[in-house]
Amino acid sequence: MWLVDLGAHVLEKVQALGRAALMLVGAIVVVPQPKKNLPLVIKQIYVVGVQSLLIIIVSGLFIGMVMALQGYTILVDYGAEDSLGPMVALSLLRELGPVVTALLFAGRAGSALTAEIGLMKATEQLSSLEMMAIDPLRRVIAPRFWAGIISMPMLAILFSTVGILGGHLVGVDWLGVDSGSYWSIMQATVELDVDVLNGVIKSIVFAVVVTWIAVFKGYDCLPTSEGISKATTETVVHASLAVLGLDFILTALMFGME
Amino acid sequence: MLTRKIELMVGVFAALTIAAVLILAMNVANTGMSGNGETYRLLAKFDNIGGLKARSAVKVGGVVVGRVTAIELDPQDYTPVVTLTISKDYINFPETSSAAILTSGLLGEQYVGLQPGFSFDGIEMLKEGDYIEDTKSALVLENLIGQFLFSKSND
Amino acid sequence: MENLVEINNLTFSRGERIIYQDISMQIPKGKTTAIMGPSGIGKTTMLRLIGGQLKPDEGDILFKGESIPSKSRADLYVARRSMSMLFQSGALFTDMSVFDNVAYPLREHTKLSESLIRLVVLMKLQAVGLRGAAQHMPVELSGGMARRAALARAIALDPELIMYDEPFAGQDPISMGVLVKLIKELNDALNLTSLIVTHDVDEVMSIADHVYIIADKRVIGAGSPEEITQSDSPLVQQFLKGQADGPVPFHFPASTIKEDFMGSHQ
Repeated sequence: MWLVDLGAHVLEKVQALGRAALMLVGAIVVVPQPKKNLPLVIKQIYVVGVQSLLIIIVSGLFIGMVMALQGYTILVDYGAEDSLGPMVALSLLRELGPVVTALLFAGRAGSALTAEIGLMKATEQLSSLEMMAIDPLRRVIAPRFWAGIISMPMLAILFSTVGILGGHLVGVDWLGVDSGSYWSIMQATVELDVDVLNGVIKSIVFAVVVTWIAVFKGYDCLPTSEGISKATTETVVHASLAVLGLDFILTALMFGME
Repeated sequence: MLTRKIELMVGVFAALTIAAVLILAMNVANTGMSGNGETYRLLAKFDNIGGLKARSAVKVGGVVVGRVTAIELDPQDYTPVVTLTISKDYINFPETSSAAILTSGLLGEQYVGLQPGFSFDGIEMLKEGDYIEDTKSALVLENLIGQFLFSKSND
Repeated sequence: MENLVEINNLTFSRGERIIYQDISMQIPKGKTTAIMGPSGIGKTTMLRLIGGQLKPDEGDILFKGESIPSKSRADLYVARRSMSMLFQSGALFTDMSVFDNVAYPLREHTKLSESLIRLVVLMKLQAVGLRGAAQHMPVELSGGMARRAALARAIALDPELIMYDEPFAGQDPISMGVLVKLIKELNDALNLTSLIVTHDVDEVMSIADHVYIIADKRVIGAGSPEEITQSDSPLVQQFLKGQADGPVPFHFPASTIKEDFMGSHQ
């Protein structure tokens, strides 16, 4: 009976959600031990943040350049090529920066987190921590979770900034838009406390969701090679879908109602 | 344990991000209200606000002095009331000042242009909550074209 | 004789499958006890039950006279500090050197200074013969060496009970000999209680003081190695001598051959 299958499927998802919530609470609701945890978090920022820098900067540069190219050909028909600056800046700060960063982060760092934690489970490192009376949620999950939340908004800001510079490169240096109007009209249009801030808020929300999915998939996976590969794939797919869905909701809340 | 290299690279990462935030704050975005952040409000009634929106700029001679913070309809006479929030750096607009809804360029965004009036004895300065009496509505392109055609057909 | 661990009438099942039915065992203090049995009967599960990672359906497990399953999470963590487990894979943390691996429990659970930790770690590594490999990463070690490094980590906090999960599985004869010697020496020198789960009969018979043989969800033989070898239970004899067929059937329970091959269900 398909209804039974559906019911079982829904129940299973709800249970997984419950386990994910329990894991998160277990990882972050603890007495802070900055002396022991700070070095762990910094190391994980290196792994998920610094090692994602290259792909983020290169992608940001190219996306900014492509947007300037595309935007110019459209705007020039209306004689509005001076508006290239705000077009590039607003698209990057509001949408592309947070969203593309989150998608790249899910693929670059999220999958690595899942695989790493899954392998630690498969090689009994998590069990062995438990038997040493050390809570793996605190020592393994929590530092990775915090590092993700700290790193992703930083990466998104860098992505947007590099993209705006890339847009300048193509729009001004190559296509001949006036440098003064590129910056000044951008400056007149972009608001720090609306466009930039909302972009950062989006990015923080995406960071929580992507990192949460990534560490949970690793922590909850079947400790076999097949289970880890499945969990890694699921991290990328689920995280990307969650980011795109949430982006719509957040955009509607932030910019949809004037 | 942490190596020097990891600490250094995380430091570089943080420095890059701070630099990016500074670029965004200084070159890319305006920080909302300029000056010390203190503001006061003036009100203006227009017959038609055209495409004016909340957060549109208020300019004097092209210089931004404030923002439109609210647009409401007066429940008595059904005319739009626009709230202008002006920086305290620019006080002392005489009562005779006028406000007009202007467009930057043919297709640009609309903004409120303030024209300071003459001040002589007996004229007071506008204060928090005062109405600017002398206003000029937005030019609505369709109406203009309609008038143009109408006057043509009368010829 | 005082018992460090007592297992009383324990029943445990995983899903539909019953793994232990009303089983009881005693692990005496200061001795080496071995649990043997065919693969797949949940010997590792027994260690996880004692460590409190799994909870039994019925029955009780006493560690130092206190019930493990009814402990709160915090109390359980306190109890685990005086027990330690050597995992089959070694379970070394792959992102740290051997030295840091052994130092890890000390850094977590004690307030010793780094110089003192260094001394303790080097002593433990010396005991397992790996002092020279302190700065190696786990991936650079052979399987046998990794297991010895893990053993050094397991004894870092001087536990009262140490549980070995298949310590001899997949080892060459030399590593196996080294491990047998180490387990015996550590047990005598540190006055540990050792619990070894294994199916390597010969090695364990030479070091165990007490042997349990588990099969078919229950204990089928118990006693000293001599008593076990002289047991007249056919099940025990089949296991000790490694006969392919006997009371433990060669075939996994299945429908009759006729049904499968003559195609009575299509």
